[in-house]
Amino acid sequence: MNDQPIARILTKALVPLVLLFGLYVQVHGEASAGGGFQAGVILGAAVILYGLVFGLDAAKRAVPLGVLYPASGIGVLIYGGVGIASQMLGGDYLDYGVLAGDFVAGQKLGITLVEAGVGITVASVMIIVFLEFTGRRDPA
Amino acid sequence: MIGQLPALQVVVPLLAAPLCVVLRNGTLAWLLAVATSWAALAMAVVLTGQVLAGGPIAYAMGGWLPPWGIEYTIDSFNVLILLIISGSAAAILPFARHSVADEIAPEQHARFYSAFLLIMTGLLGMAATGDVFNLFVFIEISSIATYAAIALGRDRRALTAAFNYLVLGTVGATFYLIGVGLLYAVTGTLNTADLASRIAPLLESRTVIVGFAFISVGLMLKVALFPLHQWLPNAYTYAPSVITTFLAATATKVALYSLLRVAFAVFGAGYVLERLPTEAILLAIAGTAIVVASTTAIFQKDLKRLLAWSSLAQVATIVLGVGIGNAQGLAGALLHMFSHALTKGALFMAAAVFALRLGGTSLERLQGAGRRMPWTSAALVLAGLSLVGVPLTASFVSKWTIVLAALERGWWPVAGFILVTSLLTLAYVVRVVEALYFRPSAADAPAREAPLSMLWPLWLMVAGTFYFGLNSSIPMRLATQAAALLLGVAP
Repeated sequence: MNDQPIARILTKALVPLVLLFGLYVQVHGEASAGGGFQAGVILGAAVILYGLVFGLDAAKRAVPLGVLYPASGIGVLIYGGVGIASQMLGGDYLDYGVLAGDFVAGQKLGITLVEAGVGITVASVMIIVFLEFTGRRDPA
Repeated sequence: MIGQLPALQVVVPLLAAPLCVVLRNGTLAWLLAVATSWAALAMAVVLTGQVLAGGPIAYAMGGWLPPWGIEYTIDSFNVLILLIISGSAAAILPFARHSVADEIAPEQHARFYSAFLLIMTGLLGMAATGDVFNLFVFIEISSIATYAAIALGRDRRALTAAFNYLVLGTVGATFYLIGVGLLYAVTGTLNTADLASRIAPLLESRTVIVGFAFISVGLMLKVALFPLHQWLPNAYTYAPSVITTFLAATATKVALYSLLRVAFAVFGAGYVLERLPTEAILLAIAGTAIVVASTTAIFQKDLKRLLAWSSLAQVATIVLGVGIGNAQGLAGALLHMFSHALTKGALFMAAAVFALRLGGTSLERLQGAGRRMPWTSAALVLAGLSLVGVPLTASFVSKWTIVLAALERGWWPVAGFILVTSLLTLAYVVRVVEALYFRPSAADAPAREAPLSMLWPLWLMVAGTFYFGLNSSIPMRLATQAAALLLGVAP
């Protein structure tokens, strides 16, 4: 899309804003509308937009597949790890209340960590699906 | 920590799956998968001990009390299924290494084991949960991982098989979800026990009847009960051999478990067996399925496809046991789930060995392999005897229990039918034996016995079919208790 200056300039302006909005939705998930899933989709969409306009190779340089695959697993591990941690501290699986000194702080900490895990996995899987599908060449 | 076992049973494989992706190394992922499956089996055994000693166990996820939170309830029926799943995985994963190295591209190994563990997680979750919506989530986890795993098969037709299963499997899961939605609309709860108590006065409402219909048809698609079986033969034939073995040993049985659990624990035995014409419907469907599937199996030219059709017939036999509608029939059906998991696991393991050493599983390739691969062939024959239901084998005990149940109700034709259709089973087992032992080998046929790491799990499964044929007291006790629990009579 080298001959499309409007698309390129708009994308350059939009991508940081979309990323920022994604982070906002991520950290506000525990207190207001939003959360890890929505944030992950928004973050993923920013990279996909970048890839659509600047090409697949540029997108792969920005977020290599070698990082995305482990990240997709690490997100799930964070989620499950919070559950295991609450079991270690004497609660049931994913019983956030025991994670910090008092119940409310524990709930906040637990849900924030879990949403972070969800966000990481959703964002990386979105981008992986985009990169793998668009990267396919017809065998013939 | 022992009180946390109901959650850990599902969580440990769930976390091992992404860890495989993070490790990226196929060998490390395999080691992790093997360790996970053994840990899962150990947990299932401890849970079985706890349930046999102290009765059902309840566990509140996240500390949210039922009926608001998700509750896991473990009773005799759950542990029987948990033992089948984790036991199969614990035998199949050590066996898997050579077969996977042969059939899957090296860069996919870690993801393959991750998919395997996710299937296992989904099935274990389906077996452990006491919440009808959570059940749907685990159906989806196991199904989606299954579609991906089937598509990894080396034959290109694996892709269409996986897609076919994806479409039909999604229809099944969606029907189940619609049914759950209808029940939620009239009761406002998703907890199995709570649902059962709230639904009792509403059983005549049309919403509940339609909900029951959706749930039954949706789950029967997953069970692959004739005529909803179209996805299964291709999926089993073209999937990687290890995945076929695991699915054949567990997947359809866990789906049937879910159906029985929802039908009996939520709607109640009286509703299912007396209010609705369930017995007549199940006997008609299962009877047709056994005849059609066994006859089709006789004419197959490929061992994996033959065994896939045989699985359809055996699942129908389990349904037939349920359809007899008394405690003994139900116990026989549950016992047959256990014995068939062992038997079919061993048979598909043997098929996986032939796929590895002979490059394929068509009966033509198998000709004369009885002399060149004596151990694998002998294991296949012994497991085949168990499939037919020859005395001293596990399947004999379970089939006999179903026959006795039919006699208890005075249904001589049903009892006779089971015995006669065993001859159909014998017919297709004999076809395999004929190819293995009574046909000359091709001149250039490869002639190597399987590696030891594949032979010992195979023979362990074969030994299991004979051990539980001679001493079936533990599975029998679990099955009898579970049947009494489902029918709502004191064990």
